[in-house]
Amino acid sequence: MNFYALFAQLLELAVALVLAPILNGWINQCRAWLQNRSAPPLLQTYYTLSKLFHKDVLLAHNASTLFRAAPYIIFSCMALSCAIVPTLSTDLIFSPAADAIALVGLFALARVFIALAGMDVGTSFGSLGSRREMLIGFLAEPALLMVFFTTSLISQSTSLSTIVETLAHREFAIYPSLAFAGVAFTMVSLAENARVPIDNPATHLELTMIHEAMILEYSGRHLALIEWASCLKLFAYSCIGIALFFPFGIPEAAQPAALALAAIILILKLTVGGFLLALIETLSAKMRIFRAPEFLGTAFLLAVLAMLVHLLLEAGQ
Amino acid sequence: MHALLDWIVLVACGWLLIGLIGIAFSRQFLLITRLLFPFGAALGLLLAALALSALVAGPQVRILPLGLPDLPFHLRLDALSGFFLFLLGAAGAGISIYAAGYFRRGEGTTPGQQCLRYHVFLASMAFVMLADDGYAFMVAWETMALSSFFLVTSEHRHAEIRRAGYLYLLVAHIGAVGILLSFGVMAGSAGDYTFDAMREFSTLGIWPTIAFLLALFGFGAKAGLLPLHIWLPEAHPAAPSPVSAMMSGVMLKTAIYGLLRVSFDLLHAQLWWWGVLLLLIGLASALFGVIFAAVQTDMKRLLAYSSIENIGLIFVGLGLALIFKSFLAPNLAALALTATLYHCLNHAFFKSLLFLATGSVLHATGERNLGKLGGLIHRMPWVAWLALVGALASAGLPPFNGFVSEWLLLQSFLFTSGLPQGYLNMLLPVVAGAVALIAALAGFAMVKFYGIIFLGQPREEKLAQAHDAGRLERIGLLWLAAGCILLGVLPNVVIALLDPVTRLLVSGGLGAVASSHGWWLLAPISEDRASYSPAIFLCSIALFMPLVYFAVRRYYHGRMKRVAPWDCGFPLQTSRMQDSAEGFGQPIRRIFAPFLRRTREHPSPFDTEPRYHSRVEDPFWYWLYLPLTRLVERGTRIIAFLQQGRIAIYLLYSFVTLLTLLVLTRG
Repeated sequence: MNFYALFAQLLELAVALVLAPILNGWINQCRAWLQNRSAPPLLQTYYTLSKLFHKDVLLAHNASTLFRAAPYIIFSCMALSCAIVPTLSTDLIFSPAADAIALVGLFALARVFIALAGMDVGTSFGSLGSRREMLIGFLAEPALLMVFFTTSLISQSTSLSTIVETLAHREFAIYPSLAFAGVAFTMVSLAENARVPIDNPATHLELTMIHEAMILEYSGRHLALIEWASCLKLFAYSCIGIALFFPFGIPEAAQPAALALAAIILILKLTVGGFLLALIETLSAKMRIFRAPEFLGTAFLLAVLAMLVHLLLEAGQ
Repeated sequence: MHALLDWIVLVACGWLLIGLIGIAFSRQFLLITRLLFPFGAALGLLLAALALSALVAGPQVRILPLGLPDLPFHLRLDALSGFFLFLLGAAGAGISIYAAGYFRRGEGTTPGQQCLRYHVFLASMAFVMLADDGYAFMVAWETMALSSFFLVTSEHRHAEIRRAGYLYLLVAHIGAVGILLSFGVMAGSAGDYTFDAMREFSTLGIWPTIAFLLALFGFGAKAGLLPLHIWLPEAHPAAPSPVSAMMSGVMLKTAIYGLLRVSFDLLHAQLWWWGVLLLLIGLASALFGVIFAAVQTDMKRLLAYSSIENIGLIFVGLGLALIFKSFLAPNLAALALTATLYHCLNHAFFKSLLFLATGSVLHATGERNLGKLGGLIHRMPWVAWLALVGALASAGLPPFNGFVSEWLLLQSFLFTSGLPQGYLNMLLPVVAGAVALIAALAGFAMVKFYGIIFLGQPREEKLAQAHDAGRLERIGLLWLAAGCILLGVLPNVVIALLDPVTRLLVSGGLGAVASSHGWWLLAPISEDRASYSPAIFLCSIALFMPLVYFAVRRYYHGRMKRVAPWDCGFPLQTSRMQDSAEGFGQPIRRIFAPFLRRTREHPSPFDTEPRYHSRVEDPFWYWLYLPLTRLVERGTRIIAFLQQGRIAIYLLYSFVTLLTLLVLTRG
């Protein structure tokens, strides 16, 4: 453990906490432009969070301690996941603490807690949302793991730092396995972050909601933490996508100059990525909930295909 | 030198003695529950401590002058039996102390009988793991089956419990026949049933395979492998909860122990396709188990199917270890075997914890049906929070123990490339994907289990009178929950303990490598390839949470109002409108419809009393067991022709048999 690694770690966490709401605002802005609406300001998410933090918490009579603890647990999990994914440097003090599989486990932990919190008050929509969230979860999680397995087989490691270092130093070419894995990963991230083909982050139409149904009972600071955690989750997924498929520009040593450059490159990548996400969301329509298994099943098969392609075509080389 | 083994035998005899005292003072309820059961738990702790030192002590043997004149009991204590004895002692201690608070007066059989059966059950499991010859093993094995049968049928006044017990006894004995035949094959023509003689058994050709398949059948029946799982979801709910916990947490592991003993220790020429067979059967069981767990409406049945899932995962790991061993890759085999044994230990803790929690719920509410529970976190906070640990561990979430073994298992799948079998190299990562699916589905099942029992609003009026678990019950639950957390946070300690076992079975170990980076970092191969640190996980979440909490309080405020839940503009919300168990399982029923056999009854618009009814049944009854029973019935009808009911004909049979035998022996 050295000082720079600690510094890079703290900087990365801070960047994630600050940038995540802005990324959300940027995606909403792009989406509004693409849909010919007038766009909210870039910092709109911050305004919303601030408003929510100032409001009183309205807690249902039946809510238990688990309900009140869940926002803090979920927020901590998401912050930890942002700290684990290498974005500014691969030399992080947390990087040995969790590899790709543990990262998936961390996301699962957060999901289970939010689903349990959704069931806690005992309204019909809460448990409906939890059920649907767990459905999406158990379909998406294996697909995500398969994507990670593909990259792990390429780099012979499940440690995220090693994966990024290996992939960044490969000869620049289009690898079919990574292409398949990339498509699969995009599909999984759409589902996991409650984006359009699966869920609609802007909806409050009860029958179609998933994520919003679970958090219907939350208000005030609890809701703010959950919203922030959702932003962090989207940020973490974007960073995973960048780290796995466009790792160029992530430095291995955590020198201040390299970190500053990496931060600029990261912002550029996120800008493009956010726009693409808004484009996908604008171009697709929301699916019925029972089309989701087909969608995520396709993602799973693509990820399996990616792995087989790697084993068949690329492994020998 | 042999002191350890003697002490362990003494512990087992102590259990037998407790059982005898229990039956002698059958009416002394307080003596049994306040003294004998806690004493049994203390013996369990002692056993765990002894077994820990046995792990490193090297093999010890003893011959007990018991049994038939020419067949004394051979006992042997080595690392493998030491590990499973540790599991029995450690998990058993928690269950026994819980049982001390659980058994009540006037429930089914008398406490004295319960005490006898329970402790004979414990002792017989210890002897199964100590046995060093086929004869002692079978005696202990059958004692275990019989004592657990009587425990399952404690409340024998209910017809369905008698039926469940019968089914259990039947499958247990069919399995025992398989094991006996397997020993017979390994003993060969020499007829020496000691395990030492069987180790010498090196017949080439088909015989080792036959012995392995028979053992797989026999131990698979006990473990609840597909398609012999049929007794498990019947017997577990029928038994009293501590017994379910003991059966699911510990007894199923004796089957794993037996299979490990036969396939890794007694037979030494493993073929790679045995491993593939184990892997595929395990995978099928795990998938089947978890899908059925997710659609159950009875809480104990849900856990029983979840046990099938976990046993399936354990067999997947076993298969993998066998494949690696047959290809002479000791380090990979050690990784897979470590994952397997670790999962055995984890499952013993979290599944016992969950079964005991259902026991408390059952006592407090008298209800096993998930659809009639709900909101118990308010009435039974102890049970609810401790069960949460079990549920999270069972769902395989970090930083609890279930995650570590799943992580190790997935790791062992990822480093397979380089096996001389090209197809295996491709198959194994895909199997890893299936394992990931199973783990994720387990999360679904556990959210359903926990959410419907403990969260939400009470679905019935009477739940308002539910009471929390008593003091002894809490101690048992706490012990197991602490085990779930410690096993999850200190993986390197556990792996160091498993090291002698893997060295014995596959001559490779992880102990030195895994903890070379410090006690807090688990890196089974090297830090570059894979590492996981549950301690950092737990610490950072535990640090982050209060930090965020106090920051929010400091910069904003902590105001809070209790209000009615948001009703979406529909003011008539009742507790019946929450998701029921059927409702929560609906996505699974829909997605996995081809695997399930379900009957539904929809109300018609003209029904005066509309009823919706949906039932999911085990398809194996219809695909396998009912045709099989019909076949057996037809067969018996033909054989019944021999029974004419007249003494003259029976005498004729004896006469003909005698003549035939005389002719045969003469020729």
